[in-house]
Amino acid sequence: MADLALARDHAAGRLQLKLPQPMVGLLLPAGLAVIWEAVARFGLVAPNLLPAPSAVGVSLYRLALTGELWTHLAATCGRMALGFALGTGVGTLLGAVGGGSAMARRVLDPTIQGLRSVPSIAWVPLFILWLGIFEASKVALIALGVFFPVYLNLMLGMAQVDRKLIEVGKIHRLGRIALIWRILLPASLPSYVAGLRGGLGLGWMFVIAAELMGASEGLGFLLVDGQQTGRPALVIGALLLFALLGKLSDLALARAGAALVRWQDVAEAL
Amino acid sequence: MAKLLQISGLVKRFEAARPVVGPLDLVLESGRITAIIGRSGAGKSTLLRLLAGLERADGGTARFDGKPIDPADVGVVFQEPRLMPWLDVAGNIAFGLHHLRRPERAAAVAEVLEIVGLTPHSGKYPKQLSGGMAQRVALARALAVRPRLLLLDEPFSALDPLTRLAMQEHLLALWRHYGPTIILISHDMDEALALADHIVVLDGPPGRVVAEFGPDLPHPRRRTSPGFQRWHHRLVAVLGTAAREEIHAI
Repeated sequence: MADLALARDHAAGRLQLKLPQPMVGLLLPAGLAVIWEAVARFGLVAPNLLPAPSAVGVSLYRLALTGELWTHLAATCGRMALGFALGTGVGTLLGAVGGGSAMARRVLDPTIQGLRSVPSIAWVPLFILWLGIFEASKVALIALGVFFPVYLNLMLGMAQVDRKLIEVGKIHRLGRIALIWRILLPASLPSYVAGLRGGLGLGWMFVIAAELMGASEGLGFLLVDGQQTGRPALVIGALLLFALLGKLSDLALARAGAALVRWQDVAEAL
Repeated sequence: MAKLLQISGLVKRFEAARPVVGPLDLVLESGRITAIIGRSGAGKSTLLRLLAGLERADGGTARFDGKPIDPADVGVVFQEPRLMPWLDVAGNIAFGLHHLRRPERAAAVAEVLEIVGLTPHSGKYPKQLSGGMAQRVALARALAVRPRLLLLDEPFSALDPLTRLAMQEHLLALWRHYGPTIILISHDMDEALALADHIVVLDGPPGRVVAEFGPDLPHPRRRTSPGFQRWHHRLVAVLGTAAREEIHAI
């Protein structure tokens, strides 16, 4: 590969592997897949417990050929997108209110922090009772997972903005709304982006919980279906797809976030 | 009659019952540069924060041209630039100009950028600026709103000596161009002598005026001239006396 080169760092006396950055992250899963394939091929693990990666690939390929895979992917991604949008919207609104006003923070925060400590699965019966077994309860559960990190990071980010910058706003006679819009919100963007990424990660966890609680389509359904019909390749394939979707969506969000906070004076990656 | 900044019986207390400033009386002539010097803890920065409206006085008044100080008339430059890191140089200078329409704002920013010599750097973020450049942006931001009263809280103290001298020249040039009343808080006696026509020595706590001078030195002031040196020794004597009194009190 043209991009692959080994260079000796003479000053430090150590080897550096020069690869395009996104490729570096593929080294570990690729290596694990090779070992896993070898272990399965040599019959070191029973195929009904751990099918080879090639078998997992074939299983997903067949599903893709029938079109079933796209239906399940679309169902999961659709729920996730709706839940993420809803959780982000409410989390941003309440985070901005709590971050922009100490009084609002004193009123809101204890309740929200209390609710945050309720395990996600504990909400399931209530959401089913309130919203039924279909889409609304699933989207609500995902939104709940996304809400807490978005709220918390934005609220804390705004509450911890440097007093010196706020004083500059006061000298320029900014009112409360202008202060929030022109100083607190932009200054808290790095924390907010971290909250969005945390919310996205929790959203993917909650989407599995939501689909396991009863769904006729989606990657969570594939997990249950694979378990009940004794198809471990399908279960592992669904898990890998969750991992892939989570990673890709996080990568997209991280890229978008980096563009928003490119003004940050941070150290280059070590 | 010259316009005045008149401070009468100004008092500021924080937690303790003993004031950190005042009661303080001071009269400053408009359109001049006044330097307020004194040791750490003398209440210089608190006085400036009171005038800037960042602290509420516990007593007394400060009137500018016979009226309470209007925040719209005030510009402040702090010891550190306090630039908004998410805004570029032009955006930072425009920070106080949002009441203007876009073309007027752009023209005002372009004018100030030109005066402080930062036009080629208008698109840079604060993280890309040197300390001196960042402080020039802070000065430009304060001047862009055309303040009648410019408050400077040790604005050059974090800069290296050569940059500090250059910044002092910049300040004089900007003062001649815009003509605001300037109050400069400084630890540096030479800086005060080089820039100010009125020097107030503050000591405390509680901050009180212990001496006032009007150095009769022509501009530009050469630091090596005998007159400059004579004034330097006078200031050293006054500040030294205050310091000795403090040591005796301890």
